[in-house]
Amino acid sequence: MSTLGERLRERRVIICAGAGGVGKTTVSAAIALHLAREGRRVAVVTIDPARRLAESLGLERLGNEPQRVDPGRLALGGRGELWAMMLDAKRTFDELIGQLAPDARTRDEILANRIYRNLSEAIAGSQEYTAIAKLYDLTHDARFDAIVLDTPPSRNALDFLDAPGRLTAFLDGRAMRLFLAPAGIARVGAAGTSVALGGLRRLTGVDLLEDLSAFFRAIADLTDGFRRRSAAVDRLLADPATTFLVVTSPEHGAADEAIFFAARLRRAGLPFGALIVNRVHPLDPLERDRHETAARLEGALGRSLARRVARTHAQVQQLARRDAASIARLARELGERDPVCVPDFEVDVHDLEALAAVEARLFAAP
Amino acid sequence: MRDLLDKRLVVVIGKGGVGKSTVSAALGLTAARAGRRTIIAEVAGRTDVPRILGAAPAPAGGEHRLAPGLDHISIDDRHALAEYLHEHLPFGALAGLLQRSELFTLFTAATPGMRELLSIGKVWELTRGRPGSGGRRRRRRHDLVVLDAPATANGLALLAAPRTFAAAAGVGPVARQGEAIRATLCDPAQTGILVVATPEEMAVSEAAALRGDLRGELGRDVDRALLNALLPARFSAADDAALDAAPDDPAVWSARWLRTRGRAQRAQQARLRRAYRSVPCTSLPFLFAAGPAGVDVERLSHVLERAR
Repeated sequence: MSTLGERLRERRVIICAGAGGVGKTTVSAAIALHLAREGRRVAVVTIDPARRLAESLGLERLGNEPQRVDPGRLALGGRGELWAMMLDAKRTFDELIGQLAPDARTRDEILANRIYRNLSEAIAGSQEYTAIAKLYDLTHDARFDAIVLDTPPSRNALDFLDAPGRLTAFLDGRAMRLFLAPAGIARVGAAGTSVALGGLRRLTGVDLLEDLSAFFRAIADLTDGFRRRSAAVDRLLADPATTFLVVTSPEHGAADEAIFFAARLRRAGLPFGALIVNRVHPLDPLERDRHETAARLEGALGRSLARRVARTHAQVQQLARRDAASIARLARELGERDPVCVPDFEVDVHDLEALAAVEARLFAAP
Repeated sequence: MRDLLDKRLVVVIGKGGVGKSTVSAALGLTAARAGRRTIIAEVAGRTDVPRILGAAPAPAGGEHRLAPGLDHISIDDRHALAEYLHEHLPFGALAGLLQRSELFTLFTAATPGMRELLSIGKVWELTRGRPGSGGRRRRRRHDLVVLDAPATANGLALLAAPRTFAAAAGVGPVARQGEAIRATLCDPAQTGILVVATPEEMAVSEAAALRGDLRGELGRDVDRALLNALLPARFSAADDAALDAAPDDPAVWSARWLRTRGRAQRAQQARLRRAYRSVPCTSLPFLFAAGPAGVDVERLSHVLERAR
């Protein structure tokens, strides 16, 4: 039996993963808040927070750099600092090209290329890839001793682990090597290539030859950099100071994704930190039937209201029983004895007070 | 919903996680019961609708029966490309050669808007039916196509692809077909657009922004807005004092939870209505009890049937 606080004590990189719509952003922010209260200097990277939550963190502006949350708003202990940023996928990818390009001319050539602009979204899976790129940069930033990453709201949580591999696979692929072979672009005249390009032109009317040659020539200088970076990211993700928190709601679809994701982490040898189940409806072990509930409350509430309250409670208990079954299944499938459960609060979490309530539940003793 | 069922194509679009696939499935059941031969299309190889209806997920590219009068197809761009090549190139051998070419696949992926165009092109083909052999007229096998579109941004890219692409290409058979697809999407008589949101801040914000984006991309308005999973309003302002003063009891907590959540949801419902003034807004209830395969889609389809 260990609390979430104990599990995160030695961790510097905390990655919250799970399906979209389960409250990952809220959980990430609450964890960051807690670590800052413990005196750590924390940066939380979110993708698309609700407007009011962003405002409460002082994130009105969409910047691609962490901004410090006003310490006056937080009750932080000692040297604790909380920083937050919203990820701008396109800018992060452009910055990465800037870091890896040998010179400014190559960088500008790539950034202006039509193929690059399309590929940066299509193949890299943009948000997934750039979230990891940003995480890597921040771990080398001396201002922070802990980074909390809220992964992109993708419907498929696995995209997040696949994205870096997809990009390197593309760069290492046969098609790429064809272009990068010593004969290089001259080989575009070779039979297969000209059929392919000719076929495409005939169908679409788009002549890509010029764009493609320019793109491949420019990106060739960066492939080693991409490969080295990808290897460094793999090491970072597998580092003992990194941990993956699987966040889910009790809903069936989200729970399915959490199970797949945890299995995937295990296969990849990546460190699983904890299972967090958000938006749980609390179970009332004493509830038996609505008539009994109504009778119990009739004196205090009057007959009509007591009946409506009893009906509501019976329905909420239906959800609670479904949630309990789902949590039991998650715990079994993930081999996790102590899932961390956060109740479904009455109101959406959009201010620091509500965030502190989530924090309290996350870090409570089991 | 009758107005939507009379179209050839209904696009279901909205933020990720608001229940677009559930709504598509429910709408499909409603249409099939009304006697419209219907097919639900998902793109990017997804098979959420069969799962929601408790059917086995079928391999991408083919049509599968989900219920009487209701079919499903999962479209992925690879299959769509192969089919397109075979239908539009003079020799099957050339199509096969291109399809196997790794470079050609790469180029297709790299051509701006091409993947989206292939997918929406396949959806459009479904609304037209297959060409009859020997020059006979096209025969439509479905009266209605329901497109379960990807989440907002990707969904918009899908609908905008024909125009994006025409701007890049201008000539050639794909650009010509792109123009025909665009015309179908822009024509409210043929295509209906249903925007889905849940009564939550971010989902409503996305739905509100979507109306303007669709005007910009397609030059047309949304046909209907749909609010999914709305909690019942069971407590009035007059009950407040009694609920607040009530003894600490789990049943009272449940009631307070429903009251507060429900009111926050109604505020979001009002926001959605303001954003969609002059467009009919329908609500689907939050279901406390599950159906045989999770959400009770059958029940939701009956609510849609009654919606004005």
